[in-house]
Amino acid sequence: MDERRVISVIVSNEHGVLSRISGLFAGRGYNIETLTVAPIPETNLSRFTISTKGSVKVIEQITKQLHKLIPTLKVMEYKEHDTNNIQKEMALLKFSNKEKIADIEALSKAYNGGVVNLGENVVVVMVADEPFRVKQFIKAVSIFNPLEIVRGGVVAIER
Amino acid sequence: MKMTGAKMVCEALKCEGVKTVFGYPGGAIMNVYDEIYKQDYFEHILNRHEQASVHAADGYARATGKVGVAIVTSGPGFTNAVTGLATAYMDSIPLVVISGQVPLSLIGTDGFQEIDAVGISRPCTKHNFLVKSIEELPRILKEAFYIARSGRPGPVHIDIPKCITAAEGDFNYPSEVNLPTYKPHTKGNIRQIKKAVAAIKNAQKPLFYIGGGAILSNSFQEIRELVKFCKIPAVETLMARGSLRADDPMLLGMVGMHGSYAANMAMSECDLLVSLGARFDDRVTGKLEDFAVEAKIVHIDIDPSSIGKLVDVDFPIVGDLKTVLQDMLPIAKENIDSSRYQKWIKLIQKYQELHPLTYEDSDTVIKPQWVIQRVAKLLGEDVIITSDVGQHQMWTAMYYPFTSARQWINSGGLGTMGYGFPAALGVKKAFPEKIVINFTGDGSILMNMQELITASQYNIPVINIILNNNYLGMVRQWQTFFYNKRYSETDLSYGPDFVMLAQSCGGIGYNVETKEEFDKALEDAIKKNKVALINVAIDRLENVLPMVPAGGSLYNMMLEYKD
Repeated sequence: MDERRVISVIVSNEHGVLSRISGLFAGRGYNIETLTVAPIPETNLSRFTISTKGSVKVIEQITKQLHKLIPTLKVMEYKEHDTNNIQKEMALLKFSNKEKIADIEALSKAYNGGVVNLGENVVVVMVADEPFRVKQFIKAVSIFNPLEIVRGGVVAIER
Repeated sequence: MKMTGAKMVCEALKCEGVKTVFGYPGGAIMNVYDEIYKQDYFEHILNRHEQASVHAADGYARATGKVGVAIVTSGPGFTNAVTGLATAYMDSIPLVVISGQVPLSLIGTDGFQEIDAVGISRPCTKHNFLVKSIEELPRILKEAFYIARSGRPGPVHIDIPKCITAAEGDFNYPSEVNLPTYKPHTKGNIRQIKKAVAAIKNAQKPLFYIGGGAILSNSFQEIRELVKFCKIPAVETLMARGSLRADDPMLLGMVGMHGSYAANMAMSECDLLVSLGARFDDRVTGKLEDFAVEAKIVHIDIDPSSIGKLVDVDFPIVGDLKTVLQDMLPIAKENIDSSRYQKWIKLIQKYQELHPLTYEDSDTVIKPQWVIQRVAKLLGEDVIITSDVGQHQMWTAMYYPFTSARQWINSGGLGTMGYGFPAALGVKKAFPEKIVINFTGDGSILMNMQELITASQYNIPVINIILNNNYLGMVRQWQTFFYNKRYSETDLSYGPDFVMLAQSCGGIGYNVETKEEFDKALEDAIKKNKVALINVAIDRLENVLPMVPAGGSLYNMMLEYKD
């Protein structure tokens, strides 16, 4: 039975660390759904947030193998609906101006977002919400024929 | 002190006490070779292929427990070294391999002899470094040695651009390593250790399962003491041969695909399996669903990712095996009643009597098993044995009566043909006073035969015993058993004249077809003190038996093969 997890990895921000992590997933056949990387301010560390799925045994190996990498300081594993952490994901969507912009805007507001740009021909909206809610939103607005959908990766933080 | 990066490399090797370095020069590493020329602290052995350099450093490391060092150039020099890195990685052997790289300004331009070396070595090293500035070079050199030998050991690769070896900088070799992200556990959790002892105490049918970690952590004395006190039977993996003496009454032999019947049956029927530095490799466990189904499992390993990877574990203990056993021994001695396992031992003895390890000797053709036993009989305990990969490797692991740790050196995890001869050179450099024998096959020996030149040039008289069946024997055996005798590309009848081959490189060769000739050849090779090839014509169709077919259950052994 595959389970979904978000794994946070704190690593020292050094040459090649991204390829160490992505190479580990590729080489051992683990699955990466999303991957978000950014430096942690005022440190020489970076945080990787990886959403993945696998059996409990595979997830355990993923965290152990990540921990085994020399630049890894800490590995944290979050379940999907755990109350001890907050998970957010962002998405940008582009629609034609000919669609019902007011409806789209109202929907995006319900998902922590709004219109971020109105151009001559297209409108861009942003939502930022829990990963499963972002998915719901994308499904809900499909009737407005989105021209482009850009999803960011998941980020997570402990409460 | 100001010096060039190239000099820093040599100074760091000196600070680490490295006495022997194996390698091969080339454009991008020339600055370092210039400094090697100027120094006389360590000896450099010029192998004739970079793969052999890394294997030689690896053999040196396995025989001594120290970090082996190899130096190669960029591009093809490095890619040739990759098989050596992967071999060491799979068996957790501490190495530092230094490669040259094109100057930083050329990286990414597809320069001459440029390759993304750290990109290639990443999945087959414990860690790797691309040096980006002269300032970080001393620290990286120090960390490389520390990472290679600490925790679960492994090879570390340092890629140094040519502009860095040319640049000048301050050399202050750090006395300590401070890596906040890398702190290997060495001490096992004492509560877990107590629980494990309690489990042993309450077990009816316990079994020790000894792996390569026993050798790497130098804990064979603790293991011998534990086995002797508890009087609990033990099995060894391929990598652990020699941790117990071959004549230890508690040792059931090797376990796994070519394990002894008693060892595999004990593994299948035990009610408590105590893993000492082993990693439940597929060649040991056979079909996982049928593996040790009745057993609770104690798993002691320094690498947390080894625990629970393949088999669910009841008593995990993360720590250095030697330290854990030192903590465990007094608790075990207080609690364990060694007389309670008699029934279990009797059952195993029945298995031993039912199917002992045996072969049918012959007067008309030499049997490989005879050669191995003969060497042991003639040379006693004070030899070091290396091997290549294939049938000869299994026969040696099964039939050679190893009596000490680090006496048996072979490529277990990766199974690298061509490993044995260069590794033997490394072993002999470490222990020049000992006789070093490489058991090899007519397939494997050709994969690094250029090392005959290296051995002659530096007078490293290792003895290669070629168990020659004119076949790529192990593959031929599988073709016999599982491919209806379609011998696809395994007939090696078209081989070299090994005597002339050895002679042309300054060594000595023997063709052996009878037992008497073998004794004479071995005696002469030892006396002549030259690198030797003893080409022994063995029974062409001898099989390695018993055998668990790949993916089969451990208890379901093929004991004989009848045409």
